[in-house]
Amino acid sequence: MNVLDCVEVKMHFPVGKRALLHAVDDVSFSIGEGESVGLVGESGCGKSTLVRLVARMLDPTAGDIIYRGRNIGFIPSRSFAGTQFRRRIQMVFQDATDSLNPRHTAFDAIAEPVRRLGTAGNLAGQVVDTARKVGLPEELLPRYPHQLSGGQKARVGIARAIVLQPDLLVLDEPTVALDVSVQATILRLLAELKASLGMSYLFVSHDLNVVRMLCDRVIVMYLGRIVEQGPAEELFLRPGHPYTRALVNAIPSIGGRPADREVLHGEPRSPINPDPNVCRFFGRCPEQRDRCRKEAPPLRQVRPGVQLACHFA
Amino acid sequence: MNAATLRHVRYVATQNPVTLAAFLMFTALVLLAIAGPWIAPYDPLASDTANALKPPSARNWFGTDSLGRDILSRIMVAARLDFGIAVSAVAASFAIGATLGALAGFFGGWADRIIGRIADTIMAFPLFVLAMGIVAALGNTVANIVLATAIINLPFYIRVSRAEVNVRRNAGYVEAARLAGNSDLRVLALHVFPNVLPPMMVQISLNMGWAILNAAGLSFIGLGVRPPQAEWGIMVAEGATYIISGEWWVALFPGAVLMLAVFTFNLLGDGLRDVMDPRMRT
Amino acid sequence: MSLLEVRDLSLEFRTRSGTVHALEHVNLEVAKGETLGIVGESGSGKSVLCFAMLRILDAAARITSGSIAFAGMDMLRASESSLQQVRGREISMIFQNPRTALNPIRRVGRQIEDVLATHSATLRDQLKPKAIEALAKVRIPDPERRYRAYPFELSGGQCQRVMIALALACDPQLLIADEPTTGLDVTTQAAIMQLVSDLARERGMATILITHDLALASEYCDRIVVMHAGHMVEAAPTEALFRAPAHPYTARLIASTPAPGQSIATLASVPGNLPDLRRVDLPSCRFQERCERALPECVTGTLPTSIADPGHLVRCFNPL
Repeated sequence: MNVLDCVEVKMHFPVGKRALLHAVDDVSFSIGEGESVGLVGESGCGKSTLVRLVARMLDPTAGDIIYRGRNIGFIPSRSFAGTQFRRRIQMVFQDATDSLNPRHTAFDAIAEPVRRLGTAGNLAGQVVDTARKVGLPEELLPRYPHQLSGGQKARVGIARAIVLQPDLLVLDEPTVALDVSVQATILRLLAELKASLGMSYLFVSHDLNVVRMLCDRVIVMYLGRIVEQGPAEELFLRPGHPYTRALVNAIPSIGGRPADREVLHGEPRSPINPDPNVCRFFGRCPEQRDRCRKEAPPLRQVRPGVQLACHFA
Repeated sequence: MNAATLRHVRYVATQNPVTLAAFLMFTALVLLAIAGPWIAPYDPLASDTANALKPPSARNWFGTDSLGRDILSRIMVAARLDFGIAVSAVAASFAIGATLGALAGFFGGWADRIIGRIADTIMAFPLFVLAMGIVAALGNTVANIVLATAIINLPFYIRVSRAEVNVRRNAGYVEAARLAGNSDLRVLALHVFPNVLPPMMVQISLNMGWAILNAAGLSFIGLGVRPPQAEWGIMVAEGATYIISGEWWVALFPGAVLMLAVFTFNLLGDGLRDVMDPRMRT
Repeated sequence: MSLLEVRDLSLEFRTRSGTVHALEHVNLEVAKGETLGIVGESGSGKSVLCFAMLRILDAAARITSGSIAFAGMDMLRASESSLQQVRGREISMIFQNPRTALNPIRRVGRQIEDVLATHSATLRDQLKPKAIEALAKVRIPDPERRYRAYPFELSGGQCQRVMIALALACDPQLLIADEPTTGLDVTTQAAIMQLVSDLARERGMATILITHDLALASEYCDRIVVMHAGHMVEAAPTEALFRAPAHPYTARLIASTPAPGQSIATLASVPGNLPDLRRVDLPSCRFQERCERALPECVTGTLPTSIADPGHLVRCFNPL
């Protein structure tokens, strides 16, 4: 049984009087036991919204969110904190500075989930144990966030997410605010923890090289829809969707040649009241043809394990 | 209050001499409010008409008033009353106003709309008109003056609290608190509100200055405190009539002390904020 | 002849908690038309260096030694009015977070007109057409309509293009780009960088690209300067820097930058933390405490400048 199944999840936000912003549209995917799934896409593609839907901080407009066979999408986000599922799905945030309460010490931050959702017996023991697992020295626990370095804050953020040993950990760009010299240690930590605690990951990142390192499968989103899904290595070596291709080519690399790069021109289409008969990538796609303007391509399986939403893949 | 906090207080006090001066003056005024009746040289209510309107001398440092009462003693004893009115009014205002504002700022929607209307309605009343209305309806007592001041002050705290909570409502640590299993109300009370306190400390302190000034102002026009009670505002009122005839000390000394008290609170606000903000603790 | 020459620049900040030795003995040169990359992590001093070049530092900053010369002009001794002639006209700068760098309550077309009015001899009735032309040059679609837009109506990438338009309005000789694509999507980044390098090539303009992204610098820069904790540790032509890095920090940084297809096991990191720049007992080489090649001289000796190859400088007691 999969840890997570999302079935045709939609999130539409009302904008003004009669417009709807389609932040997430008909997104379906699954995460298996111990699997690490990467989620990539540009800003405005809906990945932050999707991630908050999965972590049940937002209620979907439509669709099902199923955790180990139980439909948790129906539980309103307001009351989710009181259910047994809250401790099973946790999140690591992008900016550790913003996500740590400035008036709480590192100890308080890690202890909070235990106090609220766990068994408070031997609280200090649990906190110290978790701190050790993430490589945070015990003497840093009484410190406040402004007394910690970027890497240390990131570790606190990870510690408090794993202290209750969740099944599914959602990571929203966990290393984006860190220097590259620190990044590797945090990434290796995440890889080790996944193995030792048997967690599944939903890993959002804009850094495709990192996603490629840590993830088994990758989902590419564009303007609220999934445009491609497949095993990580294959997606990077043989991207099927024109957007994925542009994304992979745009990553700078040491020794790369920018002249060889095909740059996307044009502006993304609007996510407000999108025309259901037009491909969302039309207008920017280097391979667009007349058909793309008249018929939106559905997401379909083109090979075992690989899905694409393009007429010409 | 642990050792680290005391160390921090000392750090803040020494870094900024103005804050230190404010702390000292505040302490002096508080001591005066607590111990006034015991350290006053003379009985503030004892009249001695033979000694009326005597200028400052070795016997009466601040002179005597129209009934021969020692002005210095009356000023010292009045501290307790003025402080009492101001502190009660501000405390009540803060408790209710900050809570309402926090709810409005965090939950938005109809809570925000209703609380906003309440605040708007109160803001339409001038303090003195409301005070007179309450006094007319409920009687001319000090308690009613505290009530009037507290009511008039509510919108101030509602607004400040609402704005500060609103800014922090979408912060990362609020989401993290929800993920840790806190209900919305717990998130507001235990995670957001403690972060709102430092900026509110400045407001509270400034507000105290305003409240003292208002208590004095209301008793100046005869509402609340009545003779022979000693209170700074009423003393200035009593002394006002004698300025023209040359007995300047009757109004000046109470007025000066009143000014000093308001000034102290204004300076204190900044210092308090520094103590409460953990970011300054290094 | 270099366009910009920084010699032996040292800079400190007086703060409540001590003096921060932000830059020490930094040397830098930019030739006409060249693209120089300044690569470093947070706290390396790369942004402070560029603010110093334009003399737009915080009031708490003190330049304690060295010189900065732009096209022969002594930037440190120049008066504020002569500096104002230079800023925006001869040297321009674009910043990170383009939306916050633009004035939020002024239409973007107007902001471009402001620059033109201040720094060029454009006539009043020519301002609007020139502004629209500037927007078209930075490849903003529908420039007549965008002329009337406010920054909040534009995307991050579009705001950055507007900033580039502002910076290039008066044809400067040098453009300083401080992390111009940090925070932008990788596809937008590619488009912006292509725009900047095309425009620079067209106009023969020199560019300084400040970034923490080594891969980005490798693709767009002719020469790269690597900074660490206020020191310039290595400077070399791009190809030479990556083929044969001489400083241990540079080598570590290259090994920490994820490459396509790399496995996590081979990804390196730099151990330790940046030293606290307020310390009075800093070792001569500020990388010493984190370096596996450290020698006793690294703490007390005078940091040498060795020349590995023509144009390839390294400041290290024990280079690779």
